[in-house]
Amino acid sequence: MPFSDEALARMAPDAKEIIARYPRERSALLPLLHLVQSEEGFVSTDGIAFCADQLGITTAEVTAVATFYTMYKRRPGGDYHVGVCTNTLCAVMGGDEIFATLKDHLGVGNGGTTDDGKVSLEHVECNAACDFAPVVMVNWEFFDDQTPESATALVDDLRLGNDVKPTRGPESLCTWKQASRVLAGFSDGRGGEGVQASGPSLAGLELARERGWSAPDPNDLPAKPAPEKPAPEKGDAK
Amino acid sequence: MTTLTPVLSKNWDRSDSFTLDAYRETGGYGPLHTALGMAPDALVDLVKGSGLRGRGGAGFPTGMKWGFLPKDNPNPRYLVVNADESEPGTCKDIPLMLANPHALVEGVAIASYAIKANQAFIYVRGEVLHVIRRMQHAVAEAYAAGLLGRDILGSGYDLDVVVHAGAGAYICGEETALLDSLEGYRGQPRLKPPFPAVAGLYASPTVVNNVESIASVPSIVENGADWFTAMGTEKSAGFGFFSLSGHVAKPGQYEAPLGITLRELLDMAGGIRAGHRLKFWTPGGSSTPIFTDEHLDTPLDFESVGAAGSMLGTRALQIFDETTCVVKAVGRWISFYAHESCGKCTPCREGNYWMVQVLDRLENGEGTEADIEKLLDICDNLLGRSFCALGDGAASPVMSSIQYFRQEYVDHMEQRGCPFDHAKSTLWGGNR
Repeated sequence: MPFSDEALARMAPDAKEIIARYPRERSALLPLLHLVQSEEGFVSTDGIAFCADQLGITTAEVTAVATFYTMYKRRPGGDYHVGVCTNTLCAVMGGDEIFATLKDHLGVGNGGTTDDGKVSLEHVECNAACDFAPVVMVNWEFFDDQTPESATALVDDLRLGNDVKPTRGPESLCTWKQASRVLAGFSDGRGGEGVQASGPSLAGLELARERGWSAPDPNDLPAKPAPEKPAPEKGDAK
Repeated sequence: MTTLTPVLSKNWDRSDSFTLDAYRETGGYGPLHTALGMAPDALVDLVKGSGLRGRGGAGFPTGMKWGFLPKDNPNPRYLVVNADESEPGTCKDIPLMLANPHALVEGVAIASYAIKANQAFIYVRGEVLHVIRRMQHAVAEAYAAGLLGRDILGSGYDLDVVVHAGAGAYICGEETALLDSLEGYRGQPRLKPPFPAVAGLYASPTVVNNVESIASVPSIVENGADWFTAMGTEKSAGFGFFSLSGHVAKPGQYEAPLGITLRELLDMAGGIRAGHRLKFWTPGGSSTPIFTDEHLDTPLDFESVGAAGSMLGTRALQIFDETTCVVKAVGRWISFYAHESCGKCTPCREGNYWMVQVLDRLENGEGTEADIEKLLDICDNLLGRSFCALGDGAASPVMSSIQYFRQEYVDHMEQRGCPFDHAKSTLWGGNR
């Protein structure tokens, strides 16, 4: 369905702003695709035409890019995209069980959406949170240290419209479309929400504090056996 | 005994560590002030002298990379930060940007000034929404405080920084694929040479550095090269994050001098989970050949890990105990490489596609001895023959797992199935 005049009136200034960020227009293509996804929830042929128009390139050129990147969806999905990491580390730690449980519980396969249009389910690749394995992402927010039970409760809450809070993220989840707008580079003002770090992120620091370990004092460096360099004059050989 | 050396993580236990105020209270942006009073070339020399090597996996000397920008090229210069952290097992840049984004922003400002760039990009993988918010937030704070933008701190130096979200492609962690992606194309690697230093973003001189490398720069400016080299080994200087994950009692981020061993790190992390023992581990992500308990005392620096047959990579230590099936683990990694192969070169595109099928067959107990040879043959055609390091990386887990655990592949054939009970390897199944 082509974009309405209202939608176009909303999107055109955003597109201009995105393009203005870059020394060359074409660099705006990835954020523009996130922008059209924030409008429709996926990248439609109309979305592709919109991007092509903004940049003065062909729809074939835009399609080639849109189909290369997995975050651009080619079909409508749910308000909440649930991604279960099944790369090796998370899979070993229980990601496979979580994914199997959710498929069964929601009655959908990989890439499927529940009938109420709330939840889409897919397995995802490593999301750089291995020390919090097994990890589930919802609209690209972290839900760390999951179990089949916690993940089941999570998707139930999403379908019931209950408040859901990422473990390392903002105070509440935004929708898929809202998330896509942030990815297009438009701040939602929520960068200050949520924890700075938790659990495993602090494991080393907490141990160092406990044991009094720190980086060397730059004004009191230990002597270093360096063959080709003379050792510093003052040395505190610990 | 090696001890931990928190530098980038030293303020992470402050609940407001990601704010400009908190960062400044702990000395932040002092180094930027110092740097802007120095000649750019002196900063390049300082970083060269520190011995800082790229923290994104390859370990190329950062200062040398900066020094490669041609002096006579009239095009604008660019700094591009590779924040596309996607190598399986690697999970250091994400917590760093969440907790301490200003260390990266300050590093970007110093590095850009050093290489005489007036435009920088931070290319963050798209699948980490809150990290992108944090970076947007930190960059906005820095602009508002005059730490980015026009005439930074009254120095006359201008710098614009754009936080750019990727869209889900592992290959964009390869620096030239990242540049193509940032230019608005499919993220496929470019032929090198020319290297980005000569023809990078928009065919202009460009430095591409990892998040942790750039975030380490302010501490070097503040404390000096001798301070940095007081940590680590002679050729692998300084500190870095060691990210422990998997079957370990206390997984997490351990910031330590390069050259620390897994034995020391496991001691700090409470050891392998109770009642189990180490079977295999990756020193630096899935693209680095696996190690076993033979390598507990291998110093985790570039040279020692290389000499022992693997690579330091991103110091992503994925730890697996004896409940883990190595064939399944490797098969899952290869499914990943097959999915993420950009399709540009045949060895990687076809080789991974074939290896997925062979490994599936082996895991299901339907393989033969010939399949093991077939895997090694495919790896022989991948390693060193693919267009970029993605293909080389895919060969690593396959070849090393056959080297150390060939019998386990054979066991799958003889037992006509996987001899492991996968439920035992899960987070909740360890005590069964």
